[in-house]
Amino acid sequence: MTRRLPRKDVVVVGLGWTGSIVALELARAGLSVVAIERGPWRDTATDFNIGTAPDELRYAVRNDAFLPPKVETLTARNNISQRALPMRRWGSFLPGHGVGGAGIHWNGQTWRFLPDDFRLRSKIVERYGEAFLPADSTIQDWGVTYSELEPHYDRFEHVLGISGKAGNIGGKLQDGGNPFEGARSREFPTEPMAPSHAQNLFAKAAAERGLHPFPRPSANLSTAYTNTYGCKMAPCTYCGFCERFGCANYSKASPQTCVLPVLVREPNFEARTECEVTKVNLAPDGKQATGVTYVDAAGEEFEQPADLVIVCAYAIFNVRLLLLSGIGKPYDPQRNEGVVGRNYAYQCGAGATGFFEDTKFNPFAGAGSNATAADDYNSDNFDHGPHGFVGGASMSCGHSNGRPILYHPTPPGTPAWGSKWKRAVRDTYQRVAGVGAQGSVMSYRGNYLDLDPTYKDPLGRPLMRMTFDFQDNERKLSAWMALRCEEVAKAMGAKQVLTGKLTGPWSTVPYQTTHNTGGAVMGSDPKTSVLNRYLQSWDVPNVFVMGASAFPQNAGYNPTGTVGALTYWALEAIIGKYLKSPGALVPA
Amino acid sequence: MRAAGLVLLALLLAPVARAEDAQVARGRALATAGDCVACHTAPGGGDFAGGLALETPFGIIRTANLTPDKTTGIGTWSAEDFRVAMREGVRPDGMHLYPAFPYPYYARVAPADVDAIFAYLRTLKPVANAVDRDTLPFPYSIRGLMRGWNLLFLGGQPFTPDPKRSAEFNRGAYLAEGLGHCGACHTPLERFGSSNNAAYLQANRIAGWTAPNITADARLGIGAWSIEEIVAYLHTGANSTSLASGPMAEVVTHSTSQMPVEDLRAIAVYLKERGAAGAPAPAPVAPNDPAMQAGQAIFVDTCGACHGRDGAGVSGVFPRLAGNPVVVQDDPGSLARVVLGGARAAATSGAPTSPAMPAFGYRLDDRQVAAVLTYIRNAWGNAAAAVPPAAVGEMRSALVARAP
Amino acid sequence: MTRPTRRTLLSASATAALAVPVTSGKAATIAGVLPWAPNAVTPPEAVTPGGWRYFTPEEAEAIDAIVARLIPADDLGPGAKEAGCTVFIDRQLAGPYGGHDTLYMEGPFPADPLPQQGVQSQVTPRQHYRAGLAALAAYCKATFAGKGFAALDTEAQDKLLAGLESNAVKLPGADGRAFFAAVLGNTMEGFFADPVHGGNRDLAGWKLIGFPGARYDYRDVIAKPNQAYALPPVGLQGRPDWRNKP
Repeated sequence: MTRRLPRKDVVVVGLGWTGSIVALELARAGLSVVAIERGPWRDTATDFNIGTAPDELRYAVRNDAFLPPKVETLTARNNISQRALPMRRWGSFLPGHGVGGAGIHWNGQTWRFLPDDFRLRSKIVERYGEAFLPADSTIQDWGVTYSELEPHYDRFEHVLGISGKAGNIGGKLQDGGNPFEGARSREFPTEPMAPSHAQNLFAKAAAERGLHPFPRPSANLSTAYTNTYGCKMAPCTYCGFCERFGCANYSKASPQTCVLPVLVREPNFEARTECEVTKVNLAPDGKQATGVTYVDAAGEEFEQPADLVIVCAYAIFNVRLLLLSGIGKPYDPQRNEGVVGRNYAYQCGAGATGFFEDTKFNPFAGAGSNATAADDYNSDNFDHGPHGFVGGASMSCGHSNGRPILYHPTPPGTPAWGSKWKRAVRDTYQRVAGVGAQGSVMSYRGNYLDLDPTYKDPLGRPLMRMTFDFQDNERKLSAWMALRCEEVAKAMGAKQVLTGKLTGPWSTVPYQTTHNTGGAVMGSDPKTSVLNRYLQSWDVPNVFVMGASAFPQNAGYNPTGTVGALTYWALEAIIGKYLKSPGALVPA
Repeated sequence: MRAAGLVLLALLLAPVARAEDAQVARGRALATAGDCVACHTAPGGGDFAGGLALETPFGIIRTANLTPDKTTGIGTWSAEDFRVAMREGVRPDGMHLYPAFPYPYYARVAPADVDAIFAYLRTLKPVANAVDRDTLPFPYSIRGLMRGWNLLFLGGQPFTPDPKRSAEFNRGAYLAEGLGHCGACHTPLERFGSSNNAAYLQANRIAGWTAPNITADARLGIGAWSIEEIVAYLHTGANSTSLASGPMAEVVTHSTSQMPVEDLRAIAVYLKERGAAGAPAPAPVAPNDPAMQAGQAIFVDTCGACHGRDGAGVSGVFPRLAGNPVVVQDDPGSLARVVLGGARAAATSGAPTSPAMPAFGYRLDDRQVAAVLTYIRNAWGNAAAAVPPAAVGEMRSALVARAP
Repeated sequence: MTRPTRRTLLSASATAALAVPVTSGKAATIAGVLPWAPNAVTPPEAVTPGGWRYFTPEEAEAIDAIVARLIPADDLGPGAKEAGCTVFIDRQLAGPYGGHDTLYMEGPFPADPLPQQGVQSQVTPRQHYRAGLAALAAYCKATFAGKGFAALDTEAQDKLLAGLESNAVKLPGADGRAFFAAVLGNTMEGFFADPVHGGNRDLAGWKLIGFPGARYDYRDVIAKPNQAYALPPVGLQGRPDWRNKP
């Protein structure tokens, strides 16, 4: 039997980065807020105890901090002609779990997308003509501009304390920063992190080749910092246990370090952990949400009535919740109709691994975001005309870690075992530095999310089905970027360089990136977007959906900075407009 | 959606606010300064409804229900009954209270202030919570014995200002020696459980924690802290070198962070000006001592990533260890406890982060904990006696006994 | 590795360990203050050598012989056998990893998944090892006049392992290449994982490559680019210098 609970003003689904920020700002606006989180509470000292946190096998190999696939996974296939099968273990990406979400286990690379990225379709058509758009692509403008988002990027960065160097303040270029970035209103909250030997080589080689290297914006902080909520953070110790790990010493920005300490103090806030929202409930006319239904760890079902439902789960699971709740029209790729699940995108990689002589790179001394980057080949910062693809990639070099189970490189041609392998692995550990490229992925008619017809979760609900493959445009981008990376790696002095680019179909097996985007995209037209420019559902105006599920296509950057900016942007509209006059903020 | 509810709430609250007269408001502030709620509230129980188990050297004592419930609280008490209890430690039925209730301190509180606290307590919602008040073992279960105790120790006289001192000092003394009852924790106890006034504020072990020296001694006390740093500590639970944890975190959370900053400043002036007492530094344990060597290795591998290899800490997040008086108290009890079981810093609106020290009892044995403590007590210019592994073992046993 | 549940652990010795579940597996409401309890920590169960939790003595002997060839002891230092990789694999198979306890194991399990769809088998690592080792034993018995793998000389062992790796050697009723890949992968895990899990004994794997371990503070390294790091490696359970001899 479902127990009906007392009404709250707001129910927040998921307590990660977006959920914690939404809960805090709405509680401070005077609303009663309950956040419902599927996983457990996680606390720095308890769950990331410095004596248990740096355990590579447990966290990076056995995935102890991630969502157990038996709780929820998804099925995958490359195209509609294939049969989708479940990802029985995580591979290509690693969804988070518990309070803090992906904010626990991320690397901390905190970018702003470029002004062109938000009007990508218009920009491509203006500069290259409509025929230049990739075949079957569904690239579209975001419905929001960089300058509208700038104050919200700024706000998010000052909550996290991001370390970096501005390249453009108010239109004036700054030495040492990224000259391609959109204008910032001020300098980063904290100075850049200390560069490693590999970064120094990269910076010199890149500059010699006419590129514009700069320190990558980092949520691993260079120095102690007190954020805009009064939360204090400590300086990063370059321990080399960022991605896949919780930070033990309050130096990586996360909901734990930046938001939760003040959120729990809000008298009209509460969190319910180990409770899974199964559905957003709708009024009989389907035009108003009445709250959510959730199931607690003991299997008991509850109905939580609320006036406002803010969906803040992981991008893929946001889309699934909309589909399971009947919010928005599901996307049908055959008819090219519907919106929910449409424009799923990802990230494409390329890189060059350099093998050096007589170096001591000390790869173990690093941080998730400590790197030097160059944006010369990103977005529309270069002329795509000769290359036949759209999009771009951020290039970077730096050791995020040297954890030896997953990082013990050997030169090409080395046997995989035996005495020769052993000698090679010993001789190589200190002598490898890579130049990597993180590339954009466009959206296409055939890449989408829907509910799987066969496989179910433990509650009997269909799993999400992902239909995705890299398209020619991304393969061209990847191959071209691999060459660009190779040039820089050679210029750094590598004696041997091994390049990597997209090959074969997208595979669920090797880890690539947990930057899954789209499926519930924002936009200006209800026929091609799930959300309006304020992340509000076109169909059910008291439902807002935060997160990278709103990206119409993905850029050549990590998503978190933009996810944070969009969250504050939406909150400004919710608090400033919606609460005063609940209803659609943009006429459909 | 929200507006209507908010307006309604304001209408309901307004007459109540007007009805609360000045005496009740003052009583509320005084009860806050006395941190009555900390002891008179059990975990999960109603505020002021009593039942918290206090650990004393003589056994467990459960605190009284102070709500105006007529059968289980103080609903039938008169103002005079309350005055007698506060001043003399005697209930209206003639039974003696134990000095876990620090009436020797409260005897110094002005009668008008006691009346104000009583007036405030009368406004609380009555909570029916019957507390077993007789949990001490024989012979301490004989409350009449307190009559003799009082003859010996009850020296509490109403506070009289010292005309040679500033008004601010006297205000601080009134608060600290009276309602604030700082000495109840920070002064060592005599054999029969009274405060040893000769060693006033010179550190004490209480409920498994070391309440450190808070005289103006530069090495062991608060002598090296500025007035501003003392105020910051009391107001937020954190200053540039230290974070309040353990029972002091509760004091800060419930009491000092809620007090007017002028009162905190007065207490700081009092503590800084009333005098210093503390033994001189011993010769430090030699760096080549085996415990120092092992301790340094453990520190570098386990502690340095937060507290810094130089022991400097990070302001507001990780306490400074170099030159921090808490590290060099004679009694290393709190240090052992914090390393074994961890600790959480106070959370206040001024310092909300509330960072926590992780527990290492699962990872380090008694000898290793003793070694790393000996190291931090004798590195970077610190000097204090080596910590014997047996002291860590005792704390471990006590923590096991205390664990849920 | 046993999957740890959240519990309070006060004792550094396993015998007096106090294990009290604090929150896991239970819905909780959090408001007002950050949840915290003294002594709450979730360490992995520290593996101690001695006995087998999953392997039979014969299986352990064969794995010992295999891992000794995958990472041999030589002039560079101990190999996988000396580093405890067999103990590591045994304990991993006995724990949640060995049973695919956290993976999605609902059917159907079609017989013809695409390679890019990953593992689609119901076979758990425990079952995989048992079947693979039985097939290897049968192959060796038939091929080498009744000898087991461990009884072969190292040259013959290397040749057989290379044959499995390249798929040139077919085991009766088992995928020899997949079995080889599983053992190689787990051996590498054991050689480079924190010694708390049973392998990497005396930090042999970390010393080989110069990984200093779980110190959590390399500010001194980043401050001095391209210079050798001097401090010895440390695991979650410490290093010899932590011992305070009476």
